[in-house]
Amino acid sequence: MAVPRFWREIPSRYNLIGSRCGNCNKVMFPPRHICPHCRRIGKLEPYKLKPRGKVVSYAITHVAANGFEDQVPYVLAIVELEDGPRLTTQITDCDPAEVKIGDEVEIVFRRMGEEGEDGVLYYGYKGKLVKP
Amino acid sequence: MDVGIVGYGVYIPRYRIRVEEIAKVWGDDPERIKHGLLVEEKSVPGPDEDTATIAVEAARNAVKRAGINPQEIGAIYVGSESHPYAVKPTATIVAEAIDATPHLTAADYEFACKAGTAGIQTCMGAVEAGMIKYGMAIGADTAQGAPGDPLEYTAAAGGGAFIIGKNGGKTIATIEGTYSYTTDTPDFWRRDMRPYPKHGGRFTGKPAYFKHVLSAAHGLLRELELTPQDFAYAVFHQPNGKFPLQVAEELGFSNEQVMPGLLTPKVGNTYSGSSMIGLAAALDQAKPGDRILVVSYGSGAGSDAFSIVARDAIEAKRDAAKTVAEYINNKAYIDYSTYAKFKRMLVR
Amino acid sequence: MRDVAVIGVGITKFGELWDVSFREMIIEAGARAIEDAKIDGKQLDAMYVGNMSSGQFIRQEHTGALIADHAGLVPIPSTRVEGACASGGLALRQAVITVASGIHDFVVAAGIEKMTDVLSGVAMGALATAADQEWEVYVGATFPGLYALMARRHMYEFGTTEEQMAMVAVKNHQNACFNPCAQYHMKVTVDAVLNSPPVTLPLKLLDCSPITDGAACVILAPAEKARKFNDTPILITGTGQASDSISLHSRPSLTSLRATTEAAKAAYKMAGVGPDDIDLAEVHDCFTIAELMAIEDLGFCKKGEGGKVTQEGETAIGGRIPINTSGGLKGKGHPVGATGIAQAVEIVQQLRGEAGKRQVDGAEIGLAHNVGGSGGTAVVHVFKRGD
Repeated sequence: MAVPRFWREIPSRYNLIGSRCGNCNKVMFPPRHICPHCRRIGKLEPYKLKPRGKVVSYAITHVAANGFEDQVPYVLAIVELEDGPRLTTQITDCDPAEVKIGDEVEIVFRRMGEEGEDGVLYYGYKGKLVKP
Repeated sequence: MDVGIVGYGVYIPRYRIRVEEIAKVWGDDPERIKHGLLVEEKSVPGPDEDTATIAVEAARNAVKRAGINPQEIGAIYVGSESHPYAVKPTATIVAEAIDATPHLTAADYEFACKAGTAGIQTCMGAVEAGMIKYGMAIGADTAQGAPGDPLEYTAAAGGGAFIIGKNGGKTIATIEGTYSYTTDTPDFWRRDMRPYPKHGGRFTGKPAYFKHVLSAAHGLLRELELTPQDFAYAVFHQPNGKFPLQVAEELGFSNEQVMPGLLTPKVGNTYSGSSMIGLAAALDQAKPGDRILVVSYGSGAGSDAFSIVARDAIEAKRDAAKTVAEYINNKAYIDYSTYAKFKRMLVR
Repeated sequence: MRDVAVIGVGITKFGELWDVSFREMIIEAGARAIEDAKIDGKQLDAMYVGNMSSGQFIRQEHTGALIADHAGLVPIPSTRVEGACASGGLALRQAVITVASGIHDFVVAAGIEKMTDVLSGVAMGALATAADQEWEVYVGATFPGLYALMARRHMYEFGTTEEQMAMVAVKNHQNACFNPCAQYHMKVTVDAVLNSPPVTLPLKLLDCSPITDGAACVILAPAEKARKFNDTPILITGTGQASDSISLHSRPSLTSLRATTEAAKAAYKMAGVGPDDIDLAEVHDCFTIAELMAIEDLGFCKKGEGGKVTQEGETAIGGRIPINTSGGLKGKGHPVGATGIAQAVEIVQQLRGEAGKRQVDGAEIGLAHNVGGSGGTAVVHVFKRGD
């Protein structure tokens, strides 16, 4: 991913900045530029989501996406955040066999990848199971 | 001096490798290593962790405990000898990830294992001078030890973050004073573009670690007119379990004063994180009024000593973030081959 | 609007066609369609080409004109249409709309993908560009990964089993054995699927459609002129297309593709039929779970019962509603941009009664369902015998 393309999304990637519609109050992540419900009458403002949620589904990746080869097997998941929106993320720091639908997850800060050996490093969010 | 600690936080990765697992690879006797270094296991960063991610997690915990608006942080210094970039600051990543940008100053520090405490001193000065309201100092590392080097048994990962501000209602501990002792002593180094550090073997002991830690401690006690009996806790840089106990004994501190802040046996040496996490562990237990001595050590060489007194606010803030003990106890053991994979010793 | 008929179909062998180029493939499919339609190439008025990613696969864009040139069809208008793996279905829809509108009479709808000129890792990366690069692929999602998320949730909500998913692969490989152009003429067993290497669990290698080279082509004409060319013109009586968020996490359901239900609703309405009227269907089984979800979303069974009806043989040839008689994407192969057209070729051959050993007896009405990405685009067509 080109540097400016990564860089301009840093607030969302580091701090879960999504959008909230001032008209219908719906919270969205990733951020949107127009409210899909209210369209032009909706007024979107940045909204910081709470870094907590639950696993809606998960999959154990053995054939990695480009750039993630060193991390197999890794758990890909859709997490529903407490604020409502869902996001696709990895579940890190776990034995893949531990993950179940409905598990509580906190969002943590992790290294996502790199632009080759001498390119920039990418950081962003991953989920981590919250053990009872 | 009228500055103190407003918040603190640590982060230690979840993975651990036992001394036995490493010893097996090199044909060493694990019992001899465990007795010789007083280390049982060490923390290992996951494949998606580095000094920046560790620093961010520690910083977020510190902000939680401080209960301040991160926009009021005027300076962030990240001390490490394993910054992810040779050129490009870790501190900006941290600043962005805790929402402290853009109205602040930031920089990375390097002074072997004491770059974090150097950051605390910088923050103290800037706060005392009225340049900033709060400053954040972080010591974090994913320490490198060459495979087969004795350092491999201890070189660990972790970090601590401290938010420094003027003494006031939010302060959880007052910093009474600091004293540094610095000389040019090449006991441990890593040349540019080299993956692993080299060290002077036994030369790292007496003329290096002991001379500097003892001199800084003596200097601080003398300046503040304090004796070991005035302290509830003493935290010394802990490259292994043995050095800090020896230095404590020489200074006249008891095991009871040292053990709460001695984490090497369970975590290993987190380099720039070492004395920072040790101090955090002491603060996790300290009662209001308890005095804590902290002496860091960075090869090359220098020591920063601090005298810190816990205040009333500490009780209420302690549980606002994960404690050192919680991080130590949440662990998953890995074998050497997984360790090699995580440390990217296996290159595809 | 005019009624639209298919007067000719053509398709290449699907597979790893190392010795055949992009240009040769499309010419071969096109020439067969022209022969089949018994039309003179000079009569053709326009062309739409479904192609997902020639830029990534062969570093060649501008393939609409390239194909017109190499087919000897310049100067007719030739337009490339892109909707990820639904590109072919979208090209067909554009061709239908063009003929129906009266702008052109004889219009080619083609589809092509040349996927094996790059290594499989590169091909995987190219396919992943159909997912949300910023918020899915960036975090490590792959296409099998996204469908595995759907599969896991389908298992959780409806009790669907990995065995039932495997039965989709077993059936489609079986059907492919009777299709001369299919990539695989190789039967698989449930055990073989379950024991195949993990890709993204719960999906294993044999739950996934392969990487395939191939091209397909159909020629459309106004229904009133179709009979001059063909005794059994096949009418396209319904077309429907719908869009959805391309990122799976932005959709309310992981177990139903809203784009499919919406596209089907439109196509059924236009054709004046319902799911019970369909005699056979080609559905988008890029992964086994996708076929189960498709037959539910198209109304061939109740939501959640896709696994059950598959297990009971209802979707096999000779069953209540034969699905993917061609072998589907799983057995026939999935040259992504060609798939939507290849589906149309199969339905036309079936409705003409030309499907040989895989023929569905007395097939009158057929349906083709083509999906882009993980469900951001879906397009459905309903076909009917013209006699």
